[in-house]
Amino acid sequence: MAFESDQHAKDYWKENLSLMLKLLAVWFIVSFGFGIILVDVLNQITFFGFKLGFWFAQQGAIYTFIILIFIYMSKMNKLDKKYKVDEE
Amino acid sequence: MDIKTLTFIVVGLTFALYIGIAIWARAGSTTDFYVAGGGVPPVANGMATAADWMSAASFISMAGLISILGYDGSVYLMGWTGGYVLLALCLAPYLRKFGKFTVPDFIGDRYYSQTARTVAVICAILVSFTYIAGQMRGVGVVFSRFLEVDITTGVLIGMALVYFYTLLGGMKGITYTQVAQYCVLAFAYTVPAVFVTLQMTGHFLPQTGFGATLADGSGQYLLQRLDGLSTELGFAAYTDGSKSPIDVFAITMALMVGTAGLPHVIIRFFTVPKVSDARKSGGWALVFIAVVYTTAPAIAAITKTNILNTINGPDQQGVMYEDAPTWITNWEKTGLIGVGEAAKAGDEPMFFSNDERSNVRVDADIIVLASPEIASLPNWVVALVAAGGVAAALSTSAGLLLVISSSVSHDLMKRTLMPQITDRQELLAARIAAGFAVLIGAYFGINPPGFVAQVVAFAFGLAAASFFPAIILGIFHKRMNSTGAIAGMVVGVVFTLSYIIYFRFINPAADNPEHWWFGISPEGIGTLGMMFNFVVAFVTLKFSKDAPADIQEMVESIRYPKGAGAAVDH
Repeated sequence: MAFESDQHAKDYWKENLSLMLKLLAVWFIVSFGFGIILVDVLNQITFFGFKLGFWFAQQGAIYTFIILIFIYMSKMNKLDKKYKVDEE
Repeated sequence: MDIKTLTFIVVGLTFALYIGIAIWARAGSTTDFYVAGGGVPPVANGMATAADWMSAASFISMAGLISILGYDGSVYLMGWTGGYVLLALCLAPYLRKFGKFTVPDFIGDRYYSQTARTVAVICAILVSFTYIAGQMRGVGVVFSRFLEVDITTGVLIGMALVYFYTLLGGMKGITYTQVAQYCVLAFAYTVPAVFVTLQMTGHFLPQTGFGATLADGSGQYLLQRLDGLSTELGFAAYTDGSKSPIDVFAITMALMVGTAGLPHVIIRFFTVPKVSDARKSGGWALVFIAVVYTTAPAIAAITKTNILNTINGPDQQGVMYEDAPTWITNWEKTGLIGVGEAAKAGDEPMFFSNDERSNVRVDADIIVLASPEIASLPNWVVALVAAGGVAAALSTSAGLLLVISSSVSHDLMKRTLMPQITDRQELLAARIAAGFAVLIGAYFGINPPGFVAQVVAFAFGLAAASFFPAIILGIFHKRMNSTGAIAGMVVGVVFTLSYIIYFRFINPAADNPEHWWFGISPEGIGTLGMMFNFVVAFVTLKFSKDAPADIQEMVESIRYPKGAGAAVDH
């Protein structure tokens, strides 16, 4: 058992899942939400010469994806340390 | 120097570079080059993953498809990048902790079943075969243009080259070759894009340039002009698209989830030193992919405008064939551009539109390769793009052929069907499997069931419907058992494959939204296949025993990084 207690193992997994689900919610909203479902509404707004919905579908979503992965990476590194399950 | 000579020189030089690196890296590995570093650093691994990942479909076909599809082309942009979020958050760190070689290995061990392993191997082979069929078409397009031969000869030349390259590259050190291939392909993709953007809008960055105003003094936005031209010519407005939202949704989902389930991508995350590096590696891979993927829509929009302006003339009245720019006659030789008889005889001007006025046919797969010619850029840029296309096709094909040959020879024959075969026989089987894969790829390269990117999209649908649910449940649902996982995979993949085969090969006449289930095209059907997979797995679990205790403990142990084994070399 790498964790100090069963409680730790449970908490670690719970915190991981909650972080993951939050980030996946953003992933879904930006791509499927802004880029597909709400595209016609957002296209009413012009953003640096782009229709906003179109911009999210062809540019914005990709930038958001990168940011999401790096947020996950840094938060998980902290979480691993907090529960002492990181690789030294 | 003419384009042909320059292309030979540039493609030849890059080839020499890849082979040189492969030899150097091999020499390095014998002196424990990798082990000293404990595997491949995450940034280099990210770059190699990007090269492995960005195939001829991304490089050659995607921007072309976007230029035809306009907004609808976003499915490829979001679909082929969003999957990395799933990979880095839900799969890569756990699979790295698990620490086996291949996806069938994970499925076989996690579901404690030889049958599960065999089903996974068959799915892996199916996915890789479909994928490689798309690649061969791409390679064929490159060679047919630059050697000035027809597309069939181009495919055959490309096929031979890829096969021999893979036999050479089927060694350690492939990672660093792929790093070099990434650099070549990213450079080759972005340089012409910067040129055409500068020409068209005066902006340096393609990413912002295609939203800018035109440099012709009209003060009109590029996308506005393109929307206007498109509707005038009978196309859908460029920024609106014409696919139904549910189909756009389904295709995007299938591509994202499929990315996360592709065996040759997942395998890359076993090579990093630590679990935390698997997360980081996914991030870097996406950064490198985004360099190309955020440039692609700019190339698409700008080249579309350029094509309409050169074929139809600036006043959109048509241009006589005898005044046609050289790129049209050059590409005509490959059969990928067609000009009507009357226009060729000089009886009427050439005209490109989406209605009865049109007498010119432009294949979407040429758009990226032709974009420097269309914009009248210097010949060395044209040669550079050819080298980039070759790099993209080679890096992916090599990775795929390795997956196919190792699945057939190792997973299927040695570990399942004929455990008694010798190493020599295993190697022979690997070579035969690779040869067979190349032949099938060539057949579909010559008779493509769609554009390169569309054929490749089928591979993602199959991966989405087979592996993704089995792996996700394997990590996040401790109790999931072998019966559930196997039933899910079989239902998912059989359904998806039948749907694609029915609409693309058996009854292509019905291949339209009226006959599709819920309006979902064969490209997007993997999403439905994935849902079936999940549902069948859960229902089966309800009526069978939970996974045994030791397996549940194993699942517990892959959920945190500590204690991960050493990296695996590929």
